[in-house]
Amino acid sequence: MPLEDLSYNFLTGNIEKLVQWARQASLWPATFGLACCAIEMMSSGAADFDLARFGMEVFRASPRQADLMIVAGRVSQKMAPVLRQVYDQMMEPKWVIAMGVCASTGGMFNNYAVVQGVDQIVPVDIYAPGCPPGPETLMHAILTLHEQIRTGEILRRRREVEKSYHQIGQSAASRIVGGAE
Amino acid sequence: MGILSGLGGFKVTFKQIFEPRVTKQYPEEKRPKPPRFHGRHVLNRYPDGMEKCIGCELCAGVCPAKCIYVRGADNDPANPTSPGERFGFVYEINFLRCIHCDMCVEACPTEAITESKMFEFSFTNREDAIYTKAELLVDQEGSARRLHWEDWRDEDEEYTSGWVRATAPSGDPAFQGVPGWSGELGFGVREPERGQSDLALEEATEQFPLRKILADRISRKLGGKVR
Repeated sequence: MPLEDLSYNFLTGNIEKLVQWARQASLWPATFGLACCAIEMMSSGAADFDLARFGMEVFRASPRQADLMIVAGRVSQKMAPVLRQVYDQMMEPKWVIAMGVCASTGGMFNNYAVVQGVDQIVPVDIYAPGCPPGPETLMHAILTLHEQIRTGEILRRRREVEKSYHQIGQSAASRIVGGAE
Repeated sequence: MGILSGLGGFKVTFKQIFEPRVTKQYPEEKRPKPPRFHGRHVLNRYPDGMEKCIGCELCAGVCPAKCIYVRGADNDPANPTSPGERFGFVYEINFLRCIHCDMCVEACPTEAITESKMFEFSFTNREDAIYTKAELLVDQEGSARRLHWEDWRDEDEEYTSGWVRATAPSGDPAFQGVPGWSGELGFGVREPERGQSDLALEEATEQFPLRKILADRISRKLGGKVR
């Protein structure tokens, strides 16, 4: 019987919470440092900021062992298929953080050589702004992702979850615009 | 020797137990930011509540990432938004393009746009990253709007007034001692730094250069001793 057919009862509900907690507390990032953002990513793993506090100190060299891809740096058109292949090699469930403005939108490199945002290649969960984002910004992005994993649904596909988050974001934005002035 | 000889390699490890801890527990505490740190922008107001932005689009012109979009409009003479003829009707910054180079702050002739120290924010989609005037403009008291996805602390609003500007008189050696920023906003006012003031004023205000501040901070972190 597929898991989707299980009714939501006491047992499955608590197992879901347990799985979400386990997933958020043991994200293992894949090393995907491409440019200067990788330096900040490394320093967030080092003693001063210590990503081990969030259970993600091991940056896996093998995408098969990683849950989270932190795309740190600008992605050139030649790197794009490689990035997609690494993403495809990762096991489900998997998440992507676009770290820095270059990975998120292309940043100041609006030219023919740089991919204008890795969300053209892979589905991105969190965008971390900054050039490069400091370790605190990366950790803020990671904590936001933790919150998404904790409050999300474990059996839904990512695209549906993403869509619902998008609606939440829009309603929040409309609140701000309505509240100003 | 035997077993004990293997322990020699742990000498460094055991010595570290008695060293002061360097880890910053980020979500609970932030590390202090340098005085010139560039964070999220704010659009300032004059003390009477008028907007400083005059819609001249110099910031949009100088932006190397082309992340600023400004459109000016004529002020309503009966109820002006800003002093002068025009005001910033549309002001948008895409923070997923912005590289926080501070060139918009240097270009601004009225110190309308400055950068705060808040750098801890992230987005779940690209639309959220485009900040409009509703998010950027400070409130009537002059403090930045703290949006719920941003991690504001009180110290992030320190020293938000503009730093030296390219058009400032202090760019000229003849204007030594004249700060290039007005700090009219009432908060975040910066004192003159070395090279922007005469030495007597510097000693009087006990303002020290950035290098001294950082050296103090590092030695404090290490418990007063310098390695």
